[in-house]
Amino acid sequence: MNKLKIILNGIITENPTFVLLLGMCPTLGTTSSAINGMSMGLATMFVLMCSNVVISLIKDFIPDKVRIPSFVVIIAAFVTVLQLCMQAYLPDLYKSLGLFIPLIVVNCIILGRAEAFASKNNPFDSLLDGVGIGLGFTLALTLLGGVRELLGTGKLFNHTIYPEEFGALAFILAPGAFIALGFLIAIVNYFKNR
Amino acid sequence: MVIVLTIITASVGAILGYVYKITAAPIAQAGAKAQEEAIRQVAPHFDNNPIAESDTIKTDNGNIVIYPASLQGNPTGAAVKAHSRNGFNGEIEIIVGLEQDGTIRDYRVLSHAETPGLGAKMEQWFRTDKNKQSIIGKNPGHTDMTVTKDGGDIDAITASTITSRAFLEAVRTAYTAYTQGNIDGISGTTATTSQQHNQHTATNEEVSK
Repeated sequence: MNKLKIILNGIITENPTFVLLLGMCPTLGTTSSAINGMSMGLATMFVLMCSNVVISLIKDFIPDKVRIPSFVVIIAAFVTVLQLCMQAYLPDLYKSLGLFIPLIVVNCIILGRAEAFASKNNPFDSLLDGVGIGLGFTLALTLLGGVRELLGTGKLFNHTIYPEEFGALAFILAPGAFIALGFLIAIVNYFKNR
Repeated sequence: MVIVLTIITASVGAILGYVYKITAAPIAQAGAKAQEEAIRQVAPHFDNNPIAESDTIKTDNGNIVIYPASLQGNPTGAAVKAHSRNGFNGEIEIIVGLEQDGTIRDYRVLSHAETPGLGAKMEQWFRTDKNKQSIIGKNPGHTDMTVTKDGGDIDAITASTITSRAFLEAVRTAYTAYTQGNIDGISGTTATTSQQHNQHTATNEEVSK
């Protein structure tokens, strides 16, 4: 039961996008379509799971003073692995997300979870935390991407829902990202606080 | 403290080196495949190896690469990779397929950072046969490859004139590079190609005898 709580914590209670408001740069930048948002979320989730487990495993060996540099090196390593693998085996996806993959290194969700959770808990719980927060991030990005894609182009996951001419282009552009995110946060918090 | 940090960075370095080694070949393969695919899509039918015979022209504005296409030794045209740095969001890189006389056969946008839903429409826009949108089948030698707003013959993408200007600039660059390359070729290499051609017919005659 406790384990389930860790996962649900990441998805609902401490949802990184809607509640903690962490990692706003990739959130706003990559969500021009639902599929882009989802891919970015999954990529972040992969890095988060790996870095959480490794940091939790070696937390006792790392002196406090060099804690942050060590975490950053480990996170950067996983991001680079992800980037190389994506470039090699999923070149199309890499092309559309390319710019944002290296930015996962400085995504504060990952360093935040390393600092707040993985460095205090055992590896298995840290893995679950990575899954939970990662899923929360993925769901939030997919939702935001979906809303923007639907309102902007009339499509959802590339399936046409209504003709493109009626779409409000602003939602694909940066201002629409802020507007859509603001409304989503308001809606989510309304239901959460009821 | 120093030791721990050294151990961590060293082991991370080793892991990354290993992953790089594994993925280097597939990455190069994926890149080469994408390039060959693009050439095959835009260039006239060919049976040579355009990548091996490619010709890079260095300009102040970066490199233009010409991939000559030929069928049984006779040049049929080329695919030309060119770009423009005047896009709405930086560089636009395209590959244009040209017939022997410079007529545009097809094009692909290789990389760009234009606005989705606006400038990013260029992949479809300039091949859609509607009003004066399409550039396919037109020859930049006869058609004025600038947007109608600037007195040219091509309709710009609605609300994306800057992108359209940059795109057409890249097309013109490609055309100029290709035709100039051809003119340079006439003085030097045409003699040898015609010789080869003669030899070819000679052997053919011998065979028919």
